[in-house]
Amino acid sequence: MKRALCVVALLFIAGLFALPILWLVTAPFNERPTLGLQFGKPTLSNFEGVFRNPTAVRGLRNSLLQAAATMLIATPVATMAAYAFSRASFPGQHTILYFLILLSSVVSGVSAMVPLYVLMQTLGLIDKHVGLVMVYVGGLLPTNMFIMKDFVDSIPRAYEEAALVDGSTPRQVLLNIAFPLCRPGMAVIAVLIFVSTWSNFLMPFILLRSASKAPASVAIYTFFNEVGIPLIGLIAAYSFIYTFPVVVLYLIVNRKFGFRFYGGIKG
Amino acid sequence: MSMRVRCDNPIISRRTAATFALPTLVFVGVFLAFPALWAMYIGLTNLRLTGISAIQPRFVGFANFVSILRDSFFHNSLRITAQFVLGSALIGQLLLGLLLAVLLYNVKGPINDIVSSIVILAWIIPEVVVAYLWVAFLDYDFGLLNVTRNLLGMPAVNWFFSHPVLSIIVFNTWRGTAFSMLLMGAALQTIPPSFLETADVIGASEWRKFRDIMIPLIRPHMITNAVLITIWTFNVFGPFLLTGGGPAFATDLVSIYTYRNAFKYFKLGYGSAISTIILAINLILAAVYMKLARRGRA
Repeated sequence: MKRALCVVALLFIAGLFALPILWLVTAPFNERPTLGLQFGKPTLSNFEGVFRNPTAVRGLRNSLLQAAATMLIATPVATMAAYAFSRASFPGQHTILYFLILLSSVVSGVSAMVPLYVLMQTLGLIDKHVGLVMVYVGGLLPTNMFIMKDFVDSIPRAYEEAALVDGSTPRQVLLNIAFPLCRPGMAVIAVLIFVSTWSNFLMPFILLRSASKAPASVAIYTFFNEVGIPLIGLIAAYSFIYTFPVVVLYLIVNRKFGFRFYGGIKG
Repeated sequence: MSMRVRCDNPIISRRTAATFALPTLVFVGVFLAFPALWAMYIGLTNLRLTGISAIQPRFVGFANFVSILRDSFFHNSLRITAQFVLGSALIGQLLLGLLLAVLLYNVKGPINDIVSSIVILAWIIPEVVVAYLWVAFLDYDFGLLNVTRNLLGMPAVNWFFSHPVLSIIVFNTWRGTAFSMLLMGAALQTIPPSFLETADVIGASEWRKFRDIMIPLIRPHMITNAVLITIWTFNVFGPFLLTGGGPAFATDLVSIYTYRNAFKYFKLGYGSAISTIILAINLILAAVYMKLARRGRA
């Protein structure tokens, strides 16, 4: 009885949550999609439209480029710092960690957008992929460093200690023992970094100017025809393609590691 | 085997550790800490995006802060942001997240997976896509919500026009509830099952179990959750994609007000001063959080 009531309530709430998402799985496959829900003979013509549209394709490529570059820089950098904070003890360690937590929660995209713009302008990095990637890396490092530090903390130190006792050099210990042990954690933060960069709108919106560098999140706002009517078929199919990797990556991380890593907060 | 293992026995030398930590500290220092500090300085100048003040900004003291505090648009955006945070974070996400967590606690198996997946999906879909989904959902002519209302014999409503703040509150509740659901769910898992079993034995009602066992035991997590989602909701930019701050500034959140002044009106100095105010508010919220987190650990 109690379980049945819970099931009914859950299905009701889940139904409400699903309503706005339905459009994302119907409109992309509709021949003449509107903002409403329509069911008809499924077609892939909207997807063909996306791949025939140079701005759309370039947007996806830019998103991939920016997210991959951020991931390739931030993952090893965060891992090295996490390892250092986990395995060594040096003066000021706790103070530094404290300030990193504080910074990551206080300095948000919204509170930093104006000074970041001015900084990038001063450095001549406005409208450059490099500038955007640097900002992403700086913003994502604290949280992902903490996720990684939790991960390293959970690995027993006995592995490295045994290798040191056996006469391995510190270099060998790092390369042959520590690095392989850290790899699963690195995979998780790599995915988290990729997804949050891929999904970001505010930073490229502010720091990039030319249409040729715009990632998908910004490019999607240019899909209008000559008289300003939104190209709904294109927008719908593009949204679908753009969302797809995020969902797949989430499912992989969730299946392998559970959700406790997501967002860097452990329950 | 007589291996001496001390907890503070370093595995890498201080020198190596410093080298490893350095890149992170440089990145965070240059692209996170420095901008925050610099915002305070720029906020004291009349720097603009274009014109003479773009090249040679003048030091204007606290003039920006004075005009912000006198600006009725700022008062308006503070009021809307307060409604937004109260409605979507503290009432919407926290209560709905708690409700979902408690319901999911009682139901395992595929239904649990399906329901939590849908709620989480709303949380992970990229911001711009979510904005389009809600523009479609709330559309006056074709939107699913109005179409459903018509089927039930109710008139269509122009949601963004008639209920702008409510629209973005519902939107943001939908968007962010997953986090509270997950955090509250994890908190419920820490309750020893024997507590609830004992309550069953003595015949306690579901409500009493919820009020007298669950809530007191997960209260620290609820407070943590409340502070975190307050900070995040305060700093959210997503509604900009939905309403652009309109109609007639009705959804002009502090984040949108900042964007508008800095990048639409080209007043970077003024925008930096607002950023400084936002940073100060974030700092107060974070200080509350750190204090609570520390007390929870002790």
